[in-house]
Amino acid sequence: MNRVTIFSICASAGFLLYILEMVRRRKLREEYSILWLFGSALILVLSVKQDWLVVLAHSVGIAYPPSFLFLVGILFILLILIHFSIAISKLHQMNKKMAQEIALMKEKAAGGTPGDPSSRP
Amino acid sequence: MKPDMEGTSPRILVVLPAYQEERSIGTLVRSLRKRFPYDVLVVNDGSTDGTSDAAREAGAIVLDLPCNLGIGGAVQTAFLYARDHGCDAVVRIDGDGQHEIEDIPKVLEPILAGRADAVIGSRFLGETEYRGSIPRIFGIQHFRWLVNLFTGYRVTDPTSCFFAIDRRLIEFYSDHYPSDYPEVDAYILMHRLGARAIEVPVRMYDRTEGKSSITAFRAVYYMVKVTLSFLINRIRRIG
Repeated sequence: MNRVTIFSICASAGFLLYILEMVRRRKLREEYSILWLFGSALILVLSVKQDWLVVLAHSVGIAYPPSFLFLVGILFILLILIHFSIAISKLHQMNKKMAQEIALMKEKAAGGTPGDPSSRP
Repeated sequence: MKPDMEGTSPRILVVLPAYQEERSIGTLVRSLRKRFPYDVLVVNDGSTDGTSDAAREAGAIVLDLPCNLGIGGAVQTAFLYARDHGCDAVVRIDGDGQHEIEDIPKVLEPILAGRADAVIGSRFLGETEYRGSIPRIFGIQHFRWLVNLFTGYRVTDPTSCFFAIDRRLIEFYSDHYPSDYPEVDAYILMHRLGARAIEVPVRMYDRTEGKSSITAFRAVYYMVKVTLSFLINRIRRIG
């Protein structure tokens, strides 16, 4: 085993364990960990089974196998970022609804105002 | 809307979104309360100054948003209030005194008479004192073209935030209201609902206090964003 193989196995295994630990401690929600787990597991497998990497790279027409690894890495990062944008949009929407609800409830809790249309006969 | 519902007069709510308007909001609320029998609702969009107290002292119903949601989110809060309190029509004007309150009956009348579902006050119909900056006029022209192309509504003032809507639109906007320059986007929504939208001439003044929420630098960003959101709303599933 050459040094780069040992390094990439250690790095991806360490990363995988870190993600699992974060999920175990509830610092990372399962739904957000799935992509990270898949990504690091794939990198780990390809580090151990380098002949698979060569076969995969050649099958999509990439002559230099490590490039395929970069491609996989970048695609995962893109996927995760899109996932985050969607999650943020969802949170934004929920946050807006909550702010509106709070404003309406505060007004109601203050007993409404004399001019409140619903308090008229 | 029928002009006379079970003999009771329609409930009308005048809505003013306000952000850091403590110096002008009180006067505006007082003149509205003095002039019209309508309820005045101020949506305080997370102001850190005395906007909320000034509006309340002047006799407005005040909704305090815990954080700044931006104009669309603030106005939508007012629609939610109007929906929950059974209002028949909402008039929305700016909280900074740029709109002429004497024009309120003009935007309300076609709705109360059942001739329109939405009435938008235009700065460019009839005689106008309003002079916008070059980039602003360019933006308005762009949105005019966009609205006309995709909805067929012939509008002169697509970004006007002086308008009145009926009960059906109040209910619809409570669930779906765009965030920035909601007025432009609203045309697509109205078009898809088959709402009858008309324009009436209104007067508009330069700001007395405070700063406009739109700086020149952000104008281009908003133009792109609103155009995108407009086109997406065209193909989005609604209702």
